[in-house]
Amino acid sequence: MSLVYAGVLSHAPGITGRADLVKNTEKRDEFYAALDRQRQEIEDSGAEALIVIAAEHFANFFMNNMPAYCIGIGNRYEGPIEDPAWLKIEKTSVPGAPDLATRLTKEVMRTVDTAYAEEWKFDHGIMVPLNFLTPRYDMPIIPVNINCQGPPLTPLNRTWEFGAALRRACDSVPEKVALVGTGGISHWPATPDSGKINEPWDREFLDRLLRNDKEALLSYKDEETYQEAGQGGFEIRTYIAAAAAAKGQGELQFYTAELPIFAVGCTVAKFSISE
Amino acid sequence: MSLYQLQKFLYELNRDDSVKENFHSDIEALISQFDLSTEESNALREGDIGLLYVLGVNGQILMHYAALLGIEWFDYLEMMREGVTKYGPVRAGVYAMTGGGESFTVEGKQEEIEEEIEEGKAQ
Repeated sequence: MSLVYAGVLSHAPGITGRADLVKNTEKRDEFYAALDRQRQEIEDSGAEALIVIAAEHFANFFMNNMPAYCIGIGNRYEGPIEDPAWLKIEKTSVPGAPDLATRLTKEVMRTVDTAYAEEWKFDHGIMVPLNFLTPRYDMPIIPVNINCQGPPLTPLNRTWEFGAALRRACDSVPEKVALVGTGGISHWPATPDSGKINEPWDREFLDRLLRNDKEALLSYKDEETYQEAGQGGFEIRTYIAAAAAAKGQGELQFYTAELPIFAVGCTVAKFSISE
Repeated sequence: MSLYQLQKFLYELNRDDSVKENFHSDIEALISQFDLSTEESNALREGDIGLLYVLGVNGQILMHYAALLGIEWFDYLEMMREGVTKYGPVRAGVYAMTGGGESFTVEGKQEEIEEEIEEGKAQ
């Protein structure tokens, strides 16, 4: 068994970029402390590489040729694409894991037709997690994308299969691999409604997620998600893939809807890795 | 209506430093490379966030573009609201405003927060 850690976390750009605009600084700092515990857990797992299942925001993929799934097999990655002063993360170079990522991709391809990419620019969707989880940018990163932005989107049952395929791939290699899914639950980012959060919807989703209840997770319909959880709710795909990879139940380590300036219910959770 | 081309312009601008240079040095040459309507071209010339939002530019693409233009966060949200007031509801995509344009952030305007911080220091 070489998947040694699986968890989920939020990635909204405000988490770093608008840190100074927070009024509830106590809650913000609790969130940052939870993210730092997640960093510690990943380090303690002995992981040699970190898979980040992200929902990118047009840093690499566009409607000219949009993959449902893509795995990064590059040697190095640059990010963020955004104005560093806006995101408050300096432009940096992040190591990849080309050999490991290529072996993982080959294994995933046995069941899921994933795309792969040797070039990949990181946006806030990966840079914000790395800012907290690998602050020295010294852990090899394997970026993975699930298209949550440009409909038509991959169905949730296929998302589950993709997560399960990533797990089989991790189990097929000798390296110790950590994995995080990063997205939002209900939110309406990049609209005038930024900061709107449907906390009951989030709590219900997190309950299903952390019970790792496949049937309940896959019963969400995009049309209903859009109405109740916004277009940002499509990013639950990243969490569902992480749950499918972990197989075990989860533990909610942090959640709050009280930081609307971050435009998302801020979440940190980890899963047990089960057979 | 060439929303695809409009979004592609902004996508390439947001992610590519060489396109950013062209954007600042010769925006007309850049605009000419895309099949854009007059309304769309003018929105880009004027950095009209409100119109680009109403035209249906994906919110993530628009947010990164607003950051590139150096627009402050609360001003950017307000520009989208003003766009809806001026041009009507969002015409395409999944980033439409859901209500009447009320603010969901309790934090308020940046300058007000800065004032509070200054007041706090003074006390």
